[in-house]
Amino acid sequence: MRTIRNRVIVIVGLALLSGWLLLPKDVTQRVRDVATGRMKDTTVRRVPINLGLDLQGGIHLALEVDQSKGPVPDCADAIQRAERVVRSRIDEFGTTEPVVQLAGRCRLIVELPGEKDPARAKSIIQRTAFLEFRITDMNNLFRDALPEIDRALREAGVQVAGQAAGANVAQLFGADTTKGKQGKPAKGKAAKDTTDLNAPGALSSLLFQGVLPGEYLVPEEQVPAAESLLARPEVQRLIPRGINLKWGTEVASRGARAYRALYAVEDRPIITGEELEKATARRDQVTNQSVVDFVLSRSGGRKFERETGRHVNHYMAIILDDRVQGQPPIIKSQIGQRGLIELGSKPLQEAQDLALVLRAGALPAPLAIVDESTIGPSLGQDSIKDGIRAGIVGVILVVLIMVTYYRLSGVLAVLALSLYVLFTLAWLAGFGFTLTLPGLAGLVLSVGIAVDANVLIFERIREELQHGKLVRTAVDEGFKHAMSAIIDSNVSTALTAFILYLVGTGPVQGFAITLIIGIAASMVTAIFVVRTFYMIWLQRRPDMATLSV
Amino acid sequence: MIRLFANAAYDFIRWRRWAYALTAALIIPGFALFLVHGLNYSIEFTGGTLIQVQTPQPVGAATLRGALDAAGIRDAEIQEFGDPLDYVVRARLRPTGGLAEGSTEATAAAVDSALAHALGAAPQHYKIVRFEAVGPKVGRELQGKAFLAIFFSFIVTLIYLAIRFEWRFGLAAVLATFHDILTTIAFIRYLNLEVSLIVVGAVLTMVGYSLNDTIIIFDRVRENLRKYRRQNLYEILNLSINETLPRSVLTHGTTMATTVALVLLAGEVLRPFALVMTFAIFTGTFSSIYIAAPLLMYIEKRWPGQDARGARAFRPAGTAPLGPPPPPPPPSGGSEARSKAAV
Repeated sequence: MRTIRNRVIVIVGLALLSGWLLLPKDVTQRVRDVATGRMKDTTVRRVPINLGLDLQGGIHLALEVDQSKGPVPDCADAIQRAERVVRSRIDEFGTTEPVVQLAGRCRLIVELPGEKDPARAKSIIQRTAFLEFRITDMNNLFRDALPEIDRALREAGVQVAGQAAGANVAQLFGADTTKGKQGKPAKGKAAKDTTDLNAPGALSSLLFQGVLPGEYLVPEEQVPAAESLLARPEVQRLIPRGINLKWGTEVASRGARAYRALYAVEDRPIITGEELEKATARRDQVTNQSVVDFVLSRSGGRKFERETGRHVNHYMAIILDDRVQGQPPIIKSQIGQRGLIELGSKPLQEAQDLALVLRAGALPAPLAIVDESTIGPSLGQDSIKDGIRAGIVGVILVVLIMVTYYRLSGVLAVLALSLYVLFTLAWLAGFGFTLTLPGLAGLVLSVGIAVDANVLIFERIREELQHGKLVRTAVDEGFKHAMSAIIDSNVSTALTAFILYLVGTGPVQGFAITLIIGIAASMVTAIFVVRTFYMIWLQRRPDMATLSV
Repeated sequence: MIRLFANAAYDFIRWRRWAYALTAALIIPGFALFLVHGLNYSIEFTGGTLIQVQTPQPVGAATLRGALDAAGIRDAEIQEFGDPLDYVVRARLRPTGGLAEGSTEATAAAVDSALAHALGAAPQHYKIVRFEAVGPKVGRELQGKAFLAIFFSFIVTLIYLAIRFEWRFGLAAVLATFHDILTTIAFIRYLNLEVSLIVVGAVLTMVGYSLNDTIIIFDRVRENLRKYRRQNLYEILNLSINETLPRSVLTHGTTMATTVALVLLAGEVLRPFALVMTFAIFTGTFSSIYIAAPLLMYIEKRWPGQDARGARAFRPAGTAPLGPPPPPPPPSGGSEARSKAAV
């Protein structure tokens, strides 16, 4: 009795867990707004199974370092630099969940589900990286221009987005920001009481002073609004001469909110990636700090010495492809051909990343496309429709065969089979595996194979009954004798599928994964679930003389 | 209660030579074709360009051919894909002549402009729903990987079966599976199916499925060898095959139901995969009974196991074996010699 109850608890628990994994959930997706051409985040409710490119439509690219214009000595390092660069451009793709990953030593895989414009995607990936160092807006020229900009926006009829939000958030920052922000929240409050003329500015209400001069923080959800304001011609006209605005890569969280940094920097780089020769990360033995060493060319060194001499105690933004990378370091003293960037107590990983950024800008790696496939979204839809139709017909046939042949036991097997499908899908969702078209085929196929374990058991029970055994003994013996065949056959199939996974690529791996998950789920359902069903059945009818099998 | 093949007592092993002849008749011509013409590899393996075009009205392959010819694209192959609104244009990279390496992009652009010229502007008159371009290097790598996958799966299976059964069973199972690969290659060649990554996946699944089936029978052989001490291997094999026959029929029936559903309903991309899987069920079942079982007998005879029952494996042809427990027939030297000649 107790074992039956425990078994039922396990089964119900597994089924509930699987059902929960498959419930539609809120998933944030980054999509390109067709009207403005900008990226925006949207939240969608959907079943959390990742669909492969062949089902969803999209672009798959495999890239290698282009060696046609001359050999590249260390392709592994070159492809890592390229990966860093492509990854930093990830927001530019008009897709939901882009994948950028290294495959093997010298190959980069980029997958863009839902992307419809291959030419645009390729141009983003293959664009040459550009690295520059620029001094931040030390004199707060941009901040001083903000009231003027706000006035221009008000005249253009732009509404203020975040009403008085500024006053609340400013307190979160504590002391280090009040200096930079002084006057602004106060001005906002005053404006509310008095007249429209002094209303909080449309732009300034989105910006909060950061920790260093020229650094501003924008709440993550208002980044698109700030972007579109900054793009307006009347704002562009009023940005002070000699100052550019660049977004940062890092998202900082203060309290419950996330902020993205916006930097006002000088429009003239003090040095560019062309003059950088080497950059390596290490941990300093003495101070135990993470540091990046860099070496400039001879002419670059002279230029850098001159510039850094003029800018001691200023902050230097490291900009790769128009994005400020990390927080700008301070220039402590004049630097010549060899320099050192200290990252303090930050992990070595970050220093390595910064070194990679510097190298990426110094030695841009031209990429050649070695493998490309584009699937239209309509084709993916058709594939899903056809696959599901085939699956349903296949399952109906299996159910018919099982129920007509094994009668009540067949019904038990079909019940177990529905649990099997539930488990398999839930594991796919739970482990975040991707369902591809071959995977869908594997799933359909495995439904046919999944009943094999049941068939083995039922046939064995029939044999035992035929030898004149009692129902209870026949069931026990049937399960016991069928076990070795079930385990041996499933393990050897799983081994084959595992090798398929190890050796195969994309679609074949998807197929192998669904097959492996299917095998595991079918063993659980056939051996454990069906056994439990029989136990309950026999418990209810202890005197049963014949078994419907 | 429906019972198929209950208490069957067919002498399967007796028909082994007919089975060899049948399978040789399938494999040899198929392999000859394979050696002469090779297989119809997809661009994933050869490198090249594939473009799937969808048109709102049926245009006919001839129109497309004309359009490409007019644009000077002559080595592309055009195929209707599923229905008359879908066409696939393939241009493979060839080592001799054909497309030069690295020109996949150019081919795609040329095909696109040729179609626009002949059919009208892109979104209204035709749509490119799928585009694949594979460089020659990736193709070569994939060929190597497919071979590796099959090779390693054999090794791993051999090891697993050697541990779980003994090496004689493992060898027989792997050789039977190798036979299945040969018949499947012949089958692919006869239907001239396109060998894509998915089809290679199907072949590998077939390896798993066929092994699975062989193991079910061998598991019963292992059990019966323990149970019936006095029977020889020939009888044990026949007995085991007959005992597992209802299971074979049921399992293959349900699996076949799903693969046939895939063939008929799952669309053009999966059809080669589904066809190969359907054939795999036939050949896997056939080889488990007619290849793996007799092979085990020969292996036992050549390298006898502990109880040396392999040496007594052969019985005079013509005497039908019975269900359990049949009387042990006397070993016969004459039939041994004959069987050896048949190997």
